[in-house]
Amino acid sequence: MADQKTVHFIIERQDTPDSKPYTEEFLVPYRPALNVVAALMEIQKKPVTKDGKKTTPVVWECNCLEKVCGACMMVINGKARQACATLVDQISQPIRLAPARTFPVIRDLQIDRSVMFESLKRIQGWVEVDGSWEVNTAPIQDPNVAATAYEISHCMTCGCCLEACPNVGPQSDFIGPAPTVQSYLFNLNPLGKFDKEKRLNALMEKGGITSCGNSQNCVEVCPKDIKLTTYLAQLNRDVNKQALKNIFNK
Amino acid sequence: MSKKNIIVVGGGLSGLMATIKICEAGGEVKLFSYCPVKRSHSLCAQGGINACMNTKGQNDTTWEHFDDTVYGGDFLADQTAVKGMCETAPKLIKMFDRMGVPFTRTAEGVLDLRNFGGQKNKRTVFAGSTTGQQLLYALDEQVRKWEVKGLVKKYEFWEFTNIIKNDKGVCRGIVAQNMNSMEIEAFRADAVILATGGPGVIFGRCTASTICNGSAVSAVYQQGAEIGNSEFIQIHPTAIPGSDKNRLMSEACRGEGGRVWTYRDGKPWYFLETMYPAYGNLVPRDIAARAIYDVCVNQGLGINGENRVYLDLSHIPAEYLERKLGGILEMYSEFVGDDPRKVPMQIYPSVHYSMGGIWVDTKHNTNIPALLASGECDYQYHGANRLGANSLLSAAYSGTISGPEAIRWSESDEIGEELTDAQVAAAKQAAVDEFEKIIDMNGTENAHELHHELGDLMNKSCTIVRVNKELDECMKGLHEILERWNNIGVSDKSHWANQEAMFVRQLRNMIIYAMVICKAARMRDESRGAHFKPEFPDRNDEKFLKTTIATYNPTSNEPEISYRDFDHSLIKPRPRRYDVAKGGK
Repeated sequence: MADQKTVHFIIERQDTPDSKPYTEEFLVPYRPALNVVAALMEIQKKPVTKDGKKTTPVVWECNCLEKVCGACMMVINGKARQACATLVDQISQPIRLAPARTFPVIRDLQIDRSVMFESLKRIQGWVEVDGSWEVNTAPIQDPNVAATAYEISHCMTCGCCLEACPNVGPQSDFIGPAPTVQSYLFNLNPLGKFDKEKRLNALMEKGGITSCGNSQNCVEVCPKDIKLTTYLAQLNRDVNKQALKNIFNK
Repeated sequence: MSKKNIIVVGGGLSGLMATIKICEAGGEVKLFSYCPVKRSHSLCAQGGINACMNTKGQNDTTWEHFDDTVYGGDFLADQTAVKGMCETAPKLIKMFDRMGVPFTRTAEGVLDLRNFGGQKNKRTVFAGSTTGQQLLYALDEQVRKWEVKGLVKKYEFWEFTNIIKNDKGVCRGIVAQNMNSMEIEAFRADAVILATGGPGVIFGRCTASTICNGSAVSAVYQQGAEIGNSEFIQIHPTAIPGSDKNRLMSEACRGEGGRVWTYRDGKPWYFLETMYPAYGNLVPRDIAARAIYDVCVNQGLGINGENRVYLDLSHIPAEYLERKLGGILEMYSEFVGDDPRKVPMQIYPSVHYSMGGIWVDTKHNTNIPALLASGECDYQYHGANRLGANSLLSAAYSGTISGPEAIRWSESDEIGEELTDAQVAAAKQAAVDEFEKIIDMNGTENAHELHHELGDLMNKSCTIVRVNKELDECMKGLHEILERWNNIGVSDKSHWANQEAMFVRQLRNMIIYAMVICKAARMRDESRGAHFKPEFPDRNDEKFLKTTIATYNPTSNEPEISYRDFDHSLIKPRPRRYDVAKGGK
């Protein structure tokens, strides 16, 4: 049908990590509630550009399609966000898709975020339990503190906040808002707080919280609405206190 | 003594739990996953995890949990296995609590409990409406600790292709492909655990993640592993229909007081409450899904004549909803545009979970020595229908069994010799040859279009209502699709991050698995749990109180179906009804 409504995509593509990026444009049939992942799936079914040239399907990463897994983060019309939760009706056309270049590009929109998982090792992002066997019942928790933990524990390591942060990139070692704030989560836990000093000391090192420039970009883009700047400020206070303590305990 | 060397395929709740148990026993794990394990599909589980905590003054018992699970599964689950799971559940919750899962708490700071379908007592522990995400993260964190200690090596963005057996037929390794570099490698192990999740994507649109394609299960089935009870596919009654996927609207909505209704004679009709006064909106999923189907398809009473009914939370205070169901209400607003705190949601049933899977014994051994399976990819615990909030439980629990059992294999003489260099090389070469053949495919079919057709066909014939004539047609259709698979054209010829070629390989496995679901459904001439045949509306214990076993026939590509007795010695089968309170024990 010639008069069928379509959605215009301009996609930044790249065949390999070292090759030059290029753009290709696609027209995808419109339907109500169409999201960016569903549009990319249409291109898989018919990998033909706007000009009728046969091409290869666009490569990107996705799993859950309901904004819980964090896989499909990409830059859409200039903003880092989850492709599955981006409805075409809510953004202007043509829709520009690009990989989040804060991270190394693997192919097309697919990026390598392994650095984020490495940072979770550095901040000791776990509660040090003796084992998975039966020990004691865990301590009861203030339900208000537990609610804060629940909020931070929604972080899906998608990388939106790193992409938006001006201090994450080749010019700095900053590990970024997401992994930094995860240390606050474990410090809140009644068992996790036993290792609070270790985590705070880790944040004093190169690339730790002193690299945060307080630009506030992270909290704007967090798809889970985690109050990142609030917890970064709290951590900053905790780190300063710990630094003083370290001096006096020398 | 050599190190115990175990391969775990799949990093969801079950694979991670098994990994932890193996590390605690001093074993080393190579952990393979399509994705960073933190992005595994377990995180889509929303409503909670069942465990008899008995903190609501209801005298709840593990036996009652056991009985509800067996009854809910229409007596097709292995009872010794289920009993073990229910008895261990409270201990697992304490473990997760110690690991820092931010469970929702009561005012005095202890774990809160909510109602769930098919259970009269409050037994569901939860973390808001993102329980799976929170449980998965806790295990992901613990596995990261073991990774730092050097006992876990992750192979993320690797796709499992097949197992390798030694001369005695013992599984002693796998072949896998790096999804970026496309390199194919063979790996040796003392034992292999598959924890690769469900096959939902065979049905196209479903509530599953795109990675839940059942491809790994199909691959080992084609190498001789038996599949059990594959016809039992859970249709979740309340999902948001979508063009790319159906998004789950948790059973917790009904657990927290949500009501299902549609208009009849111009007035709201709360049909679940009318049809099933004893359980009302909290009937199990198979019952609720069939009722919604009946109201929409047979009675034509869906909203505006479409296949939709209301799931209504708008009578519940917004503050309460926020605390108990926060995450998923946002999801509904985000993907649909309406606020469920103010207007009723519109939902329809969707393919959700597979009760069936690789046949395993109570220790999670498959019929292939040293190959184990746990989590949704196995057939254990749920019988003919799974109760809500029992899947996170079975996933975690099964990992606590399969992990130590893999260690037992690694210490046993039964595993025989490790793979020879020649065996490893041959297995690798076979996978390389297969992949190169796929890359070279130049036919006219598009793999994703073909997959769409597969999903339509399976949704039409193998879901809520099954009719033998239609199942015969379906099998014919599946053979046609398998034939057309040979005529696929692969447009991407690259040897770098070639998702299209990998999908073509997965698709063939999906078609073969679809045949197992279809044929098992065709052969079971009764109605039980999620398997409903109007031609045979009653349960037939005399003939079908048996596990369906499917084995692969490479000549026909179809399964050979047989039936196997199982352990139902503890609770005598009785009629399953939800219009009246559940009868005696």
